[in-house]
Amino acid sequence: MSDSECIRTFKFKFRRMELRKEKIIEKLLFVSALSSILIVFFIIAFMLKESIPALALGWDFFFGMTWHPSHEQFGIFPIVVTTFVVGIGALAIAAAIGIPTAIFLAEFSPRWLRNIIKPCVEMLVGIPSIVLGFFGLMVLVVFIRDSFGGYGECILAGWIILAIMTLPHVISISEDSIRAVPKGYKEASLALGATQLQTIRRAILPNARSGILASLILGMGNAVGETMAVLMVIGNPEIPWIPSSILEPVRVLTSTIVLEYSYVVWGSMHQHALFAIGVVLFVIVAIFNLVTTVAVKGRFGATTAIKGVIGSR
Amino acid sequence: MSKIETRSLNVYYDGGTVHALKGVNIKIEANKITALIGPSGCGKTTFLRALNRMNELNGVKTRGKVLMDGVDIYSRKVDVIQLRKRIGMVFQQPNPFPMSIFDNVAYGPRIHGLRNRKLERIIEESLKKAALWEEVKDRLEESALKLSGGQQQRLCIARALAVNPEVLLFDEPCSALDPVSTARIEALLRELKNDYTIVIVTHNMQQAARVSDFTAFFLMGELIEFGETMQIFEKPRDKRTEDYITGRFG
Repeated sequence: MSDSECIRTFKFKFRRMELRKEKIIEKLLFVSALSSILIVFFIIAFMLKESIPALALGWDFFFGMTWHPSHEQFGIFPIVVTTFVVGIGALAIAAAIGIPTAIFLAEFSPRWLRNIIKPCVEMLVGIPSIVLGFFGLMVLVVFIRDSFGGYGECILAGWIILAIMTLPHVISISEDSIRAVPKGYKEASLALGATQLQTIRRAILPNARSGILASLILGMGNAVGETMAVLMVIGNPEIPWIPSSILEPVRVLTSTIVLEYSYVVWGSMHQHALFAIGVVLFVIVAIFNLVTTVAVKGRFGATTAIKGVIGSR
Repeated sequence: MSKIETRSLNVYYDGGTVHALKGVNIKIEANKITALIGPSGCGKTTFLRALNRMNELNGVKTRGKVLMDGVDIYSRKVDVIQLRKRIGMVFQQPNPFPMSIFDNVAYGPRIHGLRNRKLERIIEESLKKAALWEEVKDRLEESALKLSGGQQQRLCIARALAVNPEVLLFDEPCSALDPVSTARIEALLRELKNDYTIVIVTHNMQQAARVSDFTAFFLMGELIEFGETMQIFEKPRDKRTEDYITGRFG
C-alpha cells in the first residue's frame, strides 16, 4: 500500500467513525427532546385518569353551587368564579399601574431614574411568594381589617398581593414592546408637530398594543395559577360561596387543592374532585397561554414589536 | 430673500465630546432647492435636523442661531410644535404608519385639531401635490404598507404636506428607492419648489446636480463651500470640493 493510499483509507475510516458518532449524538438529543413530551403526556394522562369520576359528574361538578366534601358535594362553580374575580381584579390593578410605568420608563424617564426603577421592579420578581404572602397576612390583612372591617382576609387582599406579583411582568414586557416600535414612527409623528403625548397615544401605543395585550394575558395566566401568596390572604372559608363584596373571604382553585389534599381519603370521590380541579386549572392556564400566542402572532403591521417581545422572553 | 439663515451654528453630541457641526453660516433661499452633499459623517444630516430641532431627541447641544424669517428658532419664545408644523420632514426610509393611506395623510391635520369635513379635501390636495392621488384614490382605506417603496415615500411627502408647511426637509429621500421611483420623486421636488422652500440631503451627487439650485458641501462638520449648483459643480472654488465632486474621495 502506498503512503497516499494509506492516508486515504485512514481518512475514510476516520470519517466513518465521525459519522457514526454524529448519528448517536443526534439520537441522544432526540431522546432528551422526547422526554419532555413524555413527561407532559404522562402528567396529563394521569390527571385525566384520576379526575374522570369527578368530571363525569358533569353539570353537578362544573356548575354545582356547593363544595362540601364531607357531604359528598363537589360543585366548583363558586370557586371558579372567585378564581376569575381574583385574577381579573389583580390584573386590572397591575395594568393600571404597570402600563403607565412602562410608558414612563420607555419614553420619559431620564437614564439615571430608569436605572433606579428598573432594578426595583426586577427585585419584585425575586420576592418568594411565601414571603409576599406572609407580608400580606401580617400587614395588608390587618390594615384592611382595621380600616374597612370584615375578616381582613378577602378578595381585596388577594388582588393587591397578586397585582404585586404580576406587576413586574406587565411592566417589563410592555416596556419592551413600546421600545420595539420602529423609531421612524416616532420621528415621523414628532416631525409633523405632534406633542410627545400625542405621539405616544397615536403612533406608539397602537403599535405596541399586541405586546401589551400579551403581557396582560400572560399575567392573567400567572395570577390564576399562583398559589401560596394568595392562599395566605384570601381566607378560604370551609364552604365557599359566590361573594357579594370584595371584603368577603373566598377560595380559589389552587388554594382548594392545597388545603384539602392532606386529609383526602385515598381513592375517594373527594380525591378525584381535587384532580379534576387540577385539570380545570391546567386548561384555564393553557387557554391563556394559547390566546397570548395568537394575540402576538395574528397582528398586522407590527412584526418588529412582536419580535422584540418574543426576543425579550 | 433668504428663508432660513444660520449664524455660527455649532452642534455637539455624546455629552459634548463630538463636535458635529463647526460654525456653519448659510443662507437658504425661499422657493429654491438647496442640496447638502458630503461624505458620510460630514454633518449634513445633523445640519438638516438642526433646522426643525429634531436633534433635540438625541440629547444634542446646539449653539449659535438658526433664523427662520428672521426669528431664531432656538429662542425660548419659539414653540417647537408650531415650528415643526411649519417645517415638514421626509426621512431616508419611507416610514408610513401601519394604518390606512387616508389615516396616514390625516395624521398631521388630526393632531392639530382638524375634523372630518375639511379633512377629505386636504387629503385629496396633499395626495395630488405628492403625485400619488391617481394611484391611490380608489383605495384610500387600504393599509399604507401595501404600497411600493416609491409610493410609500410619496405618501410620506403627502403626509408632510397635509399640515401645510413652508419648508420641506428631505433626508436622502431616494436612497432606499429604485431608479424609476427616484426619477418620480425628483420631478416632484422640482414641482414642489414653487410653493415650498426645500432642503435635501443627498449622497448622490448627480441627484444634487439634477434637482438643486444651490449646493452646500460639508466636510468633517464644516461647511466648505456654498453656492449656486452650477458654480459648485463646474467651477468649485475650494480644492476639497473639487476633489469630492470629481470622485477623488468620499
